[in-house]
Amino acid sequence: MVSRLIPVREAILAGAILVLLALVASRFAGFVAPANLANVFNDTAPLIILALGQMVVILTRCIDLSVAANLALTGMTVAMINVAMPGLPIPVIIAVAIALGAVMGAINGLLVWKLSIPPIVVTLGTMTIFRGTIFLISDGKWVNAHEMSAAFTGFPRAAFLGLPVLSWAAIATILVFGVMMARTPLGRSIFAVGGNPHAAVYAGIDVGRTQFLAFVISGALAGLTGYLWVARYAVAYVDIAGGFELEVVAACVIGGISIAGGIGSVGGAVLGAIFLGVVKNALPVVDISPFWQLAISGSAILIAVAFNARAGKARGRIILKSTVAPT
Amino acid sequence: MSVFRKFLTTAVAATALLTSPAFAQEDVRIALVVKALGIGFFEAAAKGAEEAAAELGNVEIIYTGPTDTTAEGQIEVINALIAQNVDAIAISANDTDALVPALKRAMQRGITVISWDSGVAAEGRQLHLNPSSNPLIGNMIIKLAADQLPDGGEVALLSATTTSTNQNTWIEEMNKVMGDYPGIEVVATVYGDDLADKSYREATGLMQSYPDLDAIIAPTSVGIVAAAQAVVDAGKVGQVNVTGLGLPSEMAGAIESGASKSFAIWNPIDLGYSATMLAYELSQNGVEAAPGAEIPMGRMGTLTLDENTEGAMADPFVYDASNIEEFKSIF
Repeated sequence: MVSRLIPVREAILAGAILVLLALVASRFAGFVAPANLANVFNDTAPLIILALGQMVVILTRCIDLSVAANLALTGMTVAMINVAMPGLPIPVIIAVAIALGAVMGAINGLLVWKLSIPPIVVTLGTMTIFRGTIFLISDGKWVNAHEMSAAFTGFPRAAFLGLPVLSWAAIATILVFGVMMARTPLGRSIFAVGGNPHAAVYAGIDVGRTQFLAFVISGALAGLTGYLWVARYAVAYVDIAGGFELEVVAACVIGGISIAGGIGSVGGAVLGAIFLGVVKNALPVVDISPFWQLAISGSAILIAVAFNARAGKARGRIILKSTVAPT
Repeated sequence: MSVFRKFLTTAVAATALLTSPAFAQEDVRIALVVKALGIGFFEAAAKGAEEAAAELGNVEIIYTGPTDTTAEGQIEVINALIAQNVDAIAISANDTDALVPALKRAMQRGITVISWDSGVAAEGRQLHLNPSSNPLIGNMIIKLAADQLPDGGEVALLSATTTSTNQNTWIEEMNKVMGDYPGIEVVATVYGDDLADKSYREATGLMQSYPDLDAIIAPTSVGIVAAAQAVVDAGKVGQVNVTGLGLPSEMAGAIESGASKSFAIWNPIDLGYSATMLAYELSQNGVEAAPGAEIPMGRMGTLTLDENTEGAMADPFVYDASNIEEFKSIF
């Protein structure tokens, strides 16, 4: 019962994060101050939101490499809308961002569902298309801080109960996903589709449709993050969040989401994202040569994955202890 | 592109010239050829060229270029200009090598050809005008920080990637002149990889690691914007000054918030002005563009050519609260 409440893998990962924090604190004590930890969480919020979307996709045996490009295209679009119509209320902007992201996710989903193209190929293609589209709509130009309205850039920063809205967006996403994955037919069918597609079909689950919905969810979250990202950094240009899709996948893998599908948890994805977030925020302050930083981030990912692979090994069951060669 | 369309383009350009009311035989006609029309940076350069023309008196500026940044488009424009028999062509090239044959043909017809901003290979022009030089930029970035710190202080560098040639060269040049700025200490060099989020995080890290930090120097346009935002979000406006190289349109917000007191980049108006002056000197005053030559360029002083017949115009131009309004809409 206890192991059901606190799964082993998540506990190990949480422990690793604590050890990491202790190591960083030994070199730079200010890092573990509550205010700074809140900043680290806030900085990691976009990664958490995207990792949850990616988790759903990976659980259905797919992968979404277009999230960062989707984020960038949505971010650029809403930034340009804001410049054109500075008076547009922020809730409308957010609704547009989520809708636009969902549409882009739906394109991925339809190609995977109706044309049965492998997801990695589909999303590699749409990733490039989305980036190219940003160039088309923006003409390669930047949208800069002074062109955006104060409400637009201020919203993710607005403090509510001591935390910025950006952090609350991540917390809300975590809660919604916690309920969705555990308590709704969609959440259960996502696990079923990834765990055993054939069995899922016999259970009356439409595999393609579930994968489609997973892409829509991932796209919608990428859209939401697109607005938050652009507003937070107060700049939109073609290359924003370049290469971020790999970080999102890494967060999922560290969090114990199996690339083969069907295995994973909301807690794992969140902890995986936080682990990466702590590493990314700690490296600049612990005074390590920038030439080593990439190698260290990479090693942290490999160690975490190796750990997960070992943890997953015990699952097989030996049914024949020894075989005697027939004479 | 079909032969017919090519012919049409040339014909249209020629007709436009013939019917132009400003057409007067005695005027010196200098063509300012840009990468593409409609780019703020080049529109500003044209403004500088007009300024030079007004100063020289008998000069007519033909501001032209293709509608998109292609070498093919520029070759068509050059051919049209040869047909019009202009006196000089000053070009910012879309391709170093592709334009050489067309420009060679222009020079054979006695047209003065210089390149500016973005250069052409040496055989395709008489001289090349660089907006600035690595030593001047290296000196400028530390000077920008030091000017705000009369009593000395701690500064940190936020660069692009560890392998960015431009940034590494500028930082190297900066280190050579550090002796001229006593009391200024460079405490760290970090790399934002020209990503907004990583640069933001690195800038935040710098402010945590060095609580007494006085300035962040970012010689990269992504880094300087991200660092300014990080300073605003950390509530350190007034304590930490963000400076370096950036574009006025991108940095207007940072100047407004006070996160950045000043930054530098080339001034396109000066560039267009100098290019026109140089073209005039070569074409009308018989100045020889040989290595080591010193060519006057009006209010911008003189241009000294190196062994590749290239020269650097001036220090990067400093932008601050006093002139950002004027330039932010230009480029």
